[in-house]
Amino acid sequence: MTPLQVIFLITAAVTLVAALAVVTRQNLVHAALFLVLSLFGVAVFFVLLEAEFLAVVQVIVYIGAIAILMIFAVMLTRKVASDDTVAANRNAGWAGLIAAGLFFILVIMLSAWSGFYTQAAELSRPGVDTADLGQAMLVELGEHLVSPQAYVIPFEVASVLLLAALIGSLVIAWPRIKKEA
Amino acid sequence: MIPLSWYLIFAAALFCIGLYGVLARKNAIAILMGVELMLNAVNINLVAFWRYLAPQRIDGQVFAIMVFAVAAAEVAVGLALVISVYRRRHTVAADEIDMMKW
Amino acid sequence: MEFLKDPVAFIAGLLQNLSAALNLPPAVESILGTVIAVVVVASFGLVLVIPMIWVERKVAARFQDRLGPNRAGPYGLLQTFADMIKLITKENITPDGADKVPYNIAPVLSVVSVVMIWAVIPFSAIWIGSDLNVGVLYIAAVGSFGILSVLMAGWSSNNKYALLGAFRAVAQLVSYEVPLFMALLVPILLAGTMSVNGIVEAQSYGWFILAAPVPALIFFISSVAEIGRTPFDLLEAESEIVAGFHTEYTGMKFGMFFAGEFLHAFTISVLTAILFFGGWRGPGIEFSPLVGFFWLMAKGSAFYFLVMWIRTTLPRIRIDHMLAFNWKVLTPLSLVILMLTAVLDKVFAGDPLRVPVLLAANVVSLFVTLWLATSVSKRQQKDLQTFPTRPVAVPPASEAETSA
Repeated sequence: MTPLQVIFLITAAVTLVAALAVVTRQNLVHAALFLVLSLFGVAVFFVLLEAEFLAVVQVIVYIGAIAILMIFAVMLTRKVASDDTVAANRNAGWAGLIAAGLFFILVIMLSAWSGFYTQAAELSRPGVDTADLGQAMLVELGEHLVSPQAYVIPFEVASVLLLAALIGSLVIAWPRIKKEA
Repeated sequence: MIPLSWYLIFAAALFCIGLYGVLARKNAIAILMGVELMLNAVNINLVAFWRYLAPQRIDGQVFAIMVFAVAAAEVAVGLALVISVYRRRHTVAADEIDMMKW
Repeated sequence: MEFLKDPVAFIAGLLQNLSAALNLPPAVESILGTVIAVVVVASFGLVLVIPMIWVERKVAARFQDRLGPNRAGPYGLLQTFADMIKLITKENITPDGADKVPYNIAPVLSVVSVVMIWAVIPFSAIWIGSDLNVGVLYIAAVGSFGILSVLMAGWSSNNKYALLGAFRAVAQLVSYEVPLFMALLVPILLAGTMSVNGIVEAQSYGWFILAAPVPALIFFISSVAEIGRTPFDLLEAESEIVAGFHTEYTGMKFGMFFAGEFLHAFTISVLTAILFFGGWRGPGIEFSPLVGFFWLMAKGSAFYFLVMWIRTTLPRIRIDHMLAFNWKVLTPLSLVILMLTAVLDKVFAGDPLRVPVLLAANVVSLFVTLWLATSVSKRQQKDLQTFPTRPVAVPPASEAETSA
């Protein structure tokens, strides 16, 4: 058991337990805090996969913005007396069966694939020594996001999407101007 | 060394937990939390496939960044909708929001 | 003398001799070295808080034309220790109905989020906790943990005012993150790297303050708003909302919020020094890394003095003015300056005219912003409803004659 494997197993256990807590807890603020924990676990996985930029972006975007937005929404929409109603709706049994079944189907189908057991190759770039590899990959990522031969169009479309979401959510959540009676 | 299978199994488990959250929860915000878990599982899958099968190109990470942007946009609009519905119907239970404007 | 040349290498050599003498396996030795380094870096910030609180109280007192603490020990140096002992011995009350786990984790998370920033700060050319490739982004990410701790503290206190204070605090913190991130992008642009040590080393030809004064100003203002200091301290001002999100915290838990806030103030001063003023650069750094460390602490202390100066002189800003200032002035200005810097940096790359042109662009955009802001406020004042002149009470002339 290499140290990386131990770290992987611990992080996977924490993330999955936190995710289970997210989908089962009645108290939604607790569920949101467990969501923060599982998102942080996913960030740790990104670091294990040697994508540090994505790990930091995960913390900034998910934990620093999305999770806080969810906690706000939970705090603004709670009815104090109803925290004792059951959290799951009447489809909970079927949902559990479907989820478990899907998991087993996925694992079985993936294990039949030849590439399932590939080990990680060393990261390398031609002409770059390993000390500068991280920086070189970061520069390459930035260039791919804005290069016309690469992904500039999806990048611009994503920015337009974010602008539309920004304006749309403002318009939707704007408090109604009360008309004089 | 960690084989690819570990990451794929973990991502599948996270995806299925998120799926259970979407299907089985009453509160609309809890459903959105399940969707977030599913998107994160997809991201782990993308980056794991990038790392193990195509590390010489950076395109896998670009795909993951697009997923970040889409997830952020979707959560913003979804929560705005939830708050707007709460203002009118005073409930966020998904099975109580079943009538259109009467 | 050899110790002064490079203390860290000296201590590492001592550790190696020790492990050779005790026949420790190399894995244990490396783990031991890492643990010692982590403890030193993490406690550096926390130990620094103790004299810093004393400095803060003395400087604030002198600004207010009084002496400050001078009873506990010579010149009041032991005042912080007395305060710490008082806080530690206070009763730890958990409010009835409070959520135990977030209530207890919130102060810890608040301090953790600040101490984690110290992992990427370069104390010298060779002394850095962890030279991440995405160091500056990591600093931004860790700042969001502090926001989470504010929310947890406010919600778990089972107190309406704490919750309201937490909402307002989070609104302010999240709003001021936007110009902060965009102002952080400008040194990244000018240096070409996100690594913090890379940014300091890229300032060898000149500090970034010469090429980017407006982003430095925006970074400083947004950071002061991020740490919740006056003039942005509506979150915890006693006359406004009791004590905001940490109303229900007593004893050492409040002490942790308190210490975390002071450490955060010093941390952003050090960050301003690193990003815009050359960090550990200064004359004489070839002799020893300690000289670089001294320069960094001197520059950080200068900015901390600036933070204290601002705190003791400016009045508090109202929350709606604060948010309006952020969204209507800081964010558009930071966007414009980011675009201008990006374009001009590319156009004049390698040209000796680069820095003067950037400086001119900064100054022009600052003047345009100030002119726009003042003309808008003048127009708003003209639009204010004018009231008719009210009659003034005047005593009748006959009474004045009879009383005289």
